[in-house]
Amino acid sequence: MPASKPAPALLAPFAAIGRLVIAMFAAIGEIALFAGRTIGRALLPPYYPARLVEQLAYIGWFSLPVVGLTAIFTGAALAQQIYTAGTRFSATSTVPAVVVIGMVRELGPVLVGLMVAGRVSSAMAAEIATMRVTEQLDALATLRTDAYRYLIAPRLIAAVIALPLMVLAANAIGIFGGWLLAVQKLHFNSVSYLSVTRHYMAWDDFRMAMVKAGVFGFFIALMGCYHGYRATGGAAGVGNATRNAVVGAFVLILASNFLITAMVFG
Amino acid sequence: MASQPKILLNEVAKQFGGNVVLDGVSLAIEGGESLAIIGQSGSGKSVTLKCILGLIQPDSGSITVDGEEVVGLGAAAFDRMRAKFGMLFQGSALFDSLPVWRNVTFGLTQGRAVHGARMRAIAEENLERVGLDRRVLNLRPSELSGGMQKRVALARAIAPRPEIIFFDEPTTGLDPIRADVINDLIVSLVEDLGVTALTITHDMASARKIAHRVAMLYQGKIVWIGPRDRLYDSGNPYVDQFVQGRADGPIQ
Repeated sequence: MPASKPAPALLAPFAAIGRLVIAMFAAIGEIALFAGRTIGRALLPPYYPARLVEQLAYIGWFSLPVVGLTAIFTGAALAQQIYTAGTRFSATSTVPAVVVIGMVRELGPVLVGLMVAGRVSSAMAAEIATMRVTEQLDALATLRTDAYRYLIAPRLIAAVIALPLMVLAANAIGIFGGWLLAVQKLHFNSVSYLSVTRHYMAWDDFRMAMVKAGVFGFFIALMGCYHGYRATGGAAGVGNATRNAVVGAFVLILASNFLITAMVFG
Repeated sequence: MASQPKILLNEVAKQFGGNVVLDGVSLAIEGGESLAIIGQSGSGKSVTLKCILGLIQPDSGSITVDGEEVVGLGAAAFDRMRAKFGMLFQGSALFDSLPVWRNVTFGLTQGRAVHGARMRAIAEENLERVGLDRRVLNLRPSELSGGMQKRVALARAIAPRPEIIFFDEPTTGLDPIRADVINDLIVSLVEDLGVTALTITHDMASARKIAHRVAMLYQGKIVWIGPRDRLYDSGNPYVDQFVQGRADGPIQ
């Protein structure tokens, strides 16, 4: 059989783009299969409730300080920005409304998602990748333990449960940060600030934030586990898995945030 | 009628991206026998082991355990098959996040936190078999020396009382004295528990001590198999060069 001819130089850029697109679709397919396999196995026994509680504590409880700090500073900064911009149009009274809407609809879920992705997705990828390169995943198989049930499902379920709770906490702390700055520095009346905040606090916004948080949690754990599980080749492999997990989680969080927002308000 | 081999490999082949690793490996291991596979790094020893364990699927050929085909076996059936296997990994592969006693009993609990007191007692009994006492029960693997980690991994491999134990380079990374201690342990465990053992190693002292027969793998094929006493006068140029550690010879 004659060897296939190389593509003409003119077509080379298109061939490169084609390869990239095919690789991208292949990766999406693999990730979807990985997620599907995890969900399928998670439904069947044995179950690992102790591992789930452990992961809930790690993802949720131990991430609270960093999430709380991020939220309080962001809420305060947002209040200051709105106040500064509002003075030009005599619209300083919009500060509590913009803080509550901004925190609940966008900043709360996205900032919590990104902070937890940086903290948790990387750690999951590093831990599972290290298990891969040190043959601990092979050891699990020889000890008749399904890595999807034992390692991955508890992380995925815990992240989906923990993120909405953390977003609730971040929203409350962020709104508190805005109130603190407005009352202490900008001399707003505390009672009227809280009254406006309550007025603009919509159940639908919270519901959307919870949905976003659940989706972000799923992507954070999925990226960490997928890249860790697929790691190859020693310390460099662990490094690559960690980087890919964080980048993948960030991209998926930002893209899904846009999609959910567009679907709700579009 | 001749007895059925415990493990039988027939023309097993495997390649990775055009690189032929196993090129028709055929091997029979009898029940209660201890066989060592020797060969250079990259000769396909670990891949052979992983094919039997179902961690890698061979491209062609057949592997039977107690007469049952394992190639292409479904997940549930393989899970049942793996109940017969114990495995000592080269780097021990202990779970860093778990204490020693939970590592040792992992094969019995599949990682579930159940029967704590009974599992600790089982862990203690198995650790005793490998020369460790109860003081290590609550330690993490990272708090142990390399030799102690190997012993804990050995205790983990034998705890479910498997019929077949695989040893992947059991003495690598250990000083000669600790290596000999591990060899003695393997010999006594194989004898006491009456298990079938398959060891891959390039440590000649270890192969001679723990195996009844030795097979040499070169370029994906078994080029020699014979009793351990013939290892140094096999008459096979590949084996001669390998056991004598000579740079010149048919192995390049």
